[in-house]
Amino acid sequence: MRAPTPALPDAPLARHLLLAAVGLVAVVLVLQGVSEFRRFQLAEMAYLGIAAGGLTVLTGLNGQVSLGHGALMAIGAYTAALLLPDRDASVPLPLVLLAATVVALAVGAVVGVAAARLHGPYLAGATLALAVAVPGIALYFKDTLGGEQGLPVVLPEPPAWALDTAYFLTGQELTTSGYVALIGWLVLTVTYVLLANLSRSRVGRRWRAVRDDEVAAQLAGIDLGRARVSAFVVSAAAAGAAGAVLALSVRLAAPSSFTLTLSLTLLAAVVLGGLGSLTGALLGAALLTFLPQVATGLGTDAGLSDIQAAELAPLVYGLVMVAVVLLAPAGLAGSLRLLAVRRRTRGALSTTSKGTAR
Amino acid sequence: MQQLLNTSLVGLTLGFVYAAFALALVLVWRSTRVVNFAQAPMAMVTTFVALVVIEGGASWWLGLAAALASGLVLGAVLERAVVRPVQGGSQINAVILTLGLFIVLHALAAVVFGNRYRSFPAPFGIRGLEVGDRTVALTPTGVFTIVAVLVVMALLVALFRFTDLGLRMRAAAFNREVARLLGVRVGRMLTLGWALASLVGSLAGVLIASGSLVHPGFMDSVVVFGFVAAVLGGLDSPVGSVVGGLVLGLSLSFVSGYVGSQLVPLAALLILVLVLLVRPGGLFSTTTARQV
Repeated sequence: MRAPTPALPDAPLARHLLLAAVGLVAVVLVLQGVSEFRRFQLAEMAYLGIAAGGLTVLTGLNGQVSLGHGALMAIGAYTAALLLPDRDASVPLPLVLLAATVVALAVGAVVGVAAARLHGPYLAGATLALAVAVPGIALYFKDTLGGEQGLPVVLPEPPAWALDTAYFLTGQELTTSGYVALIGWLVLTVTYVLLANLSRSRVGRRWRAVRDDEVAAQLAGIDLGRARVSAFVVSAAAAGAAGAVLALSVRLAAPSSFTLTLSLTLLAAVVLGGLGSLTGALLGAALLTFLPQVATGLGTDAGLSDIQAAELAPLVYGLVMVAVVLLAPAGLAGSLRLLAVRRRTRGALSTTSKGTAR
Repeated sequence: MQQLLNTSLVGLTLGFVYAAFALALVLVWRSTRVVNFAQAPMAMVTTFVALVVIEGGASWWLGLAAALASGLVLGAVLERAVVRPVQGGSQINAVILTLGLFIVLHALAAVVFGNRYRSFPAPFGIRGLEVGDRTVALTPTGVFTIVAVLVVMALLVALFRFTDLGLRMRAAAFNREVARLLGVRVGRMLTLGWALASLVGSLAGVLIASGSLVHPGFMDSVVVFGFVAAVLGGLDSPVGSVVGGLVLGLSLSFVSGYVGSQLVPLAALLILVLVLLVRPGGLFSTTTARQV
């Protein structure tokens, strides 16, 4: 579909790695130039982006709608919280992130097996039930999962070598929120490279084939169930990692963070950006992170109370989501790309003879 | 024994409300093949309309009438303006659209009516009836709930069975092309289907709210329960949805009474997954294994 830009290498892996490296450098540069609050916001953008990336692969490439990604994030967050109860916790951070991913992956496999047999509205309904059900588990097992207050998460001290390297590279002390944001973007980069490669590989082609035409895919020898379950599992793993980053960022895993609204806004982010596009998912995550402040500011200026103004952001997502489905089903990133393609084609057409070209 | 009886009675009352809500979902599904996830916030908005009317000094009954009327209008407007364009397109777009409406209505209600809990009056007493020397968990309002749902169901059955309009609506839902060729204004029938469904949903909303608290999110779990009830009944069958609602109401009431109210949504999820895995067509499927 997308012709590689000549400046970038041809092999997907090399291209993705190069983009990732450039992206990481950019993130480090941005992070050291912004305020503490922006660093916190960038960490938020990172975890929303990770979860949205997983969801866009599931919905865009495999055609399964999941409203349960908030719940899967909760599972990742609680796993991280259980592993990081106090300062003396000896579990290293990479292991915590990995554990959160693996636990969410396991839950995703169970849900995925059930989901693989469901279509459209049935799957949406089942995952909706998941999103509503999971916070209840945390409330029921009060003693281990902390009930309404949730579990505190203690961020381990950054290792000395990381502090030294950061100081050496940027000339600044690494603050806590900077550290968390850095972890978040590192996880995001790794996740996106893996997802991008996967979606361009044989696995990704199978997912797309199942989405586009089940019968044709089956005739081509693709196991529909296996393709669906694998897409769900990969997507759930990303949500788990996102949940762990969320727990590190807000230092808390509580049921109130994982409401139905979170799952719905994740879907909104993915739809806004364009289903199936990782760039779109990141764009959507950026909107989810930065729009609320702007919208709330406009609302209070217009004379609304704080609580009312806080609801303007979801109102905007919802309206844009409806508008995107009605007017631009390809989403923001997709529509821009379509526009570019159309332009390029028109340019190509005008240079060739006009009569024969279609 | 006492607890068993009370749990069953609470479950029965809840079951009738879920049944009404499931019925609304089934009506929409039958006419437009869309599961309307926005049904819950639609009912929430109309319940707030009723609350505003009641707080303005009108009676509870006038509030109910306002909710039903606004439900009728809201359903018709949404179908005509937003849902019609995605009709016949991919399922995923319809699902995403109703979820977008979900977010919009939620946020709109929070902006307009405020994001706090407000108490909603009840039409009758909310103290348990006394049978002999014991108080049971069936309240006069609960009795009214059951009666109201039964009356609405009877009216719907009468509409679909015995009137010309009902026949045309069934034709439009059954086969759009043929119905159109036979002179049925299919578009109008679909709009009417949504309006009726939204009316039934509004009734469920007011009944749930009566004697309890309302909040922009108060119907959120009900959409899950209504969906599970509808799927239990097969998503296509109005009778099935009623039975599904009752079964679900009773089972969830037992989970709530004997295990813990926090696990009620989880129980609903388990029931849903079990039904979909064992009998994808629902307990009352008349058609052979439809693809889920």
